[in-house]
Amino acid sequence: MAVPPIERRPCAGRYTDLVDSIGNTPLIELKRLSPKPGVRIWAKLESMNPTGSIKDRVAKSLIENAEEKGLISPGQTILEPTSGNTGISLAMICARKGYPLKVVMPDNVTPERTELLKMYGAEIVYSPGDQGSNGAVAMALEMAAENADYYMPYQYGNEANPRAHYEGTAVEILDELDGNVDAFVAGLGTGGTLMGVARRFKEELGDRVTIVAAEPMQGEPVQGLRSLDDGFIPPIIDLSLLDRKIFVTNRDAVVWTRRLLDEEGLFAGVSSGAIARVAVRIASEMDEGNVVFIVCDDGWKYLSSGLYTLPVDEVENLESTVWW
Amino acid sequence: MATIRIPPVLRPSVGGEREVEADGATVGDVLSNLVEAHPATRDQLFGEDGDLNRYVNVYLNDEDVRVLDGLATVVTEADSLVILPAMAGGARTSLQR
Repeated sequence: MAVPPIERRPCAGRYTDLVDSIGNTPLIELKRLSPKPGVRIWAKLESMNPTGSIKDRVAKSLIENAEEKGLISPGQTILEPTSGNTGISLAMICARKGYPLKVVMPDNVTPERTELLKMYGAEIVYSPGDQGSNGAVAMALEMAAENADYYMPYQYGNEANPRAHYEGTAVEILDELDGNVDAFVAGLGTGGTLMGVARRFKEELGDRVTIVAAEPMQGEPVQGLRSLDDGFIPPIIDLSLLDRKIFVTNRDAVVWTRRLLDEEGLFAGVSSGAIARVAVRIASEMDEGNVVFIVCDDGWKYLSSGLYTLPVDEVENLESTVWW
Repeated sequence: MATIRIPPVLRPSVGGEREVEADGATVGDVLSNLVEAHPATRDQLFGEDGDLNRYVNVYLNDEDVRVLDGLATVVTEADSLVILPAMAGGARTSLQR
């Protein structure tokens, strides 16, 4: 297989601002998880971004896209419904760039998320916890409608989200592996990573590359829908770009998050465990080639759940938790 | 006979069952037989054009059939179907303690 030998690369550059250092994350080969000698599995460590997640790329793209298009003015308030990594990334970037940030989130999120948002200076507006993030989105839309001074990037429907991966994540992988990518696996959340990388890979590699989505299978306690029409599909998702779409149960996601830690020393979040599970399955179906998957974030936000040290069946609220 | 796992939102339409069985050589056949046995599921699963409701995901074992051969995806005896509502990932609700 035409992949150059692994060699040390120089230090990953000098930057005049933390925001500029986002991206250029390393690829780590996971030899112990590879099911066959001829198939190499590579983890792209997005946890190495400044706030610890791949969302740094997205948040940077959302804000800089708005700046380029003249959609926001210096000092304008940014508003976004999110309690996850996007909020944390936006908080850091908005603080660096001088934009006040209001984050709308359900009032029953964990202390870690609240602390991380406050630490970067975000103002938190709470929405009713029992309405989940649908409630947060609704409240944010109301606030944006009532105040024309707010700008809401809306990651689920903003093309700057997948563009961050089309121009960044995908190019880095192609460059590092000299175009020798046979399968790419990422989590299906907003769809940004998969859409952006898939579009770039299909343009550059055609049908050689298989694009695989790992999808969370939300536990039944979380499926609080009145009808199937209450479902939600992020507007940026185009299923025709995917070759496979495989769900992963909460239990499997946690088991594989532990395997990443125990077998490869990788301290990653739960979505990364789910994605790794699918990546290894795809690898087992191949005879040779490179499988690349995304490690979306590190494990610090999930530490208090005990999932890194308890037997999986002793992890509390395994089915009622939205892990990713 | 394929086994179909029914999501909570659809269970009232199948007499409260968590799993039901239905025959069929393809996903479309199996779902049609499900609808025949439980007519209340028709309008939730299918649109007027006969296509799957866009907010319904159907998995053959654990793979979304929309990314395989859709309703024409072949089903064997050992397969199970899972019906799930479309829900976006990314901390949608909360870590509950």
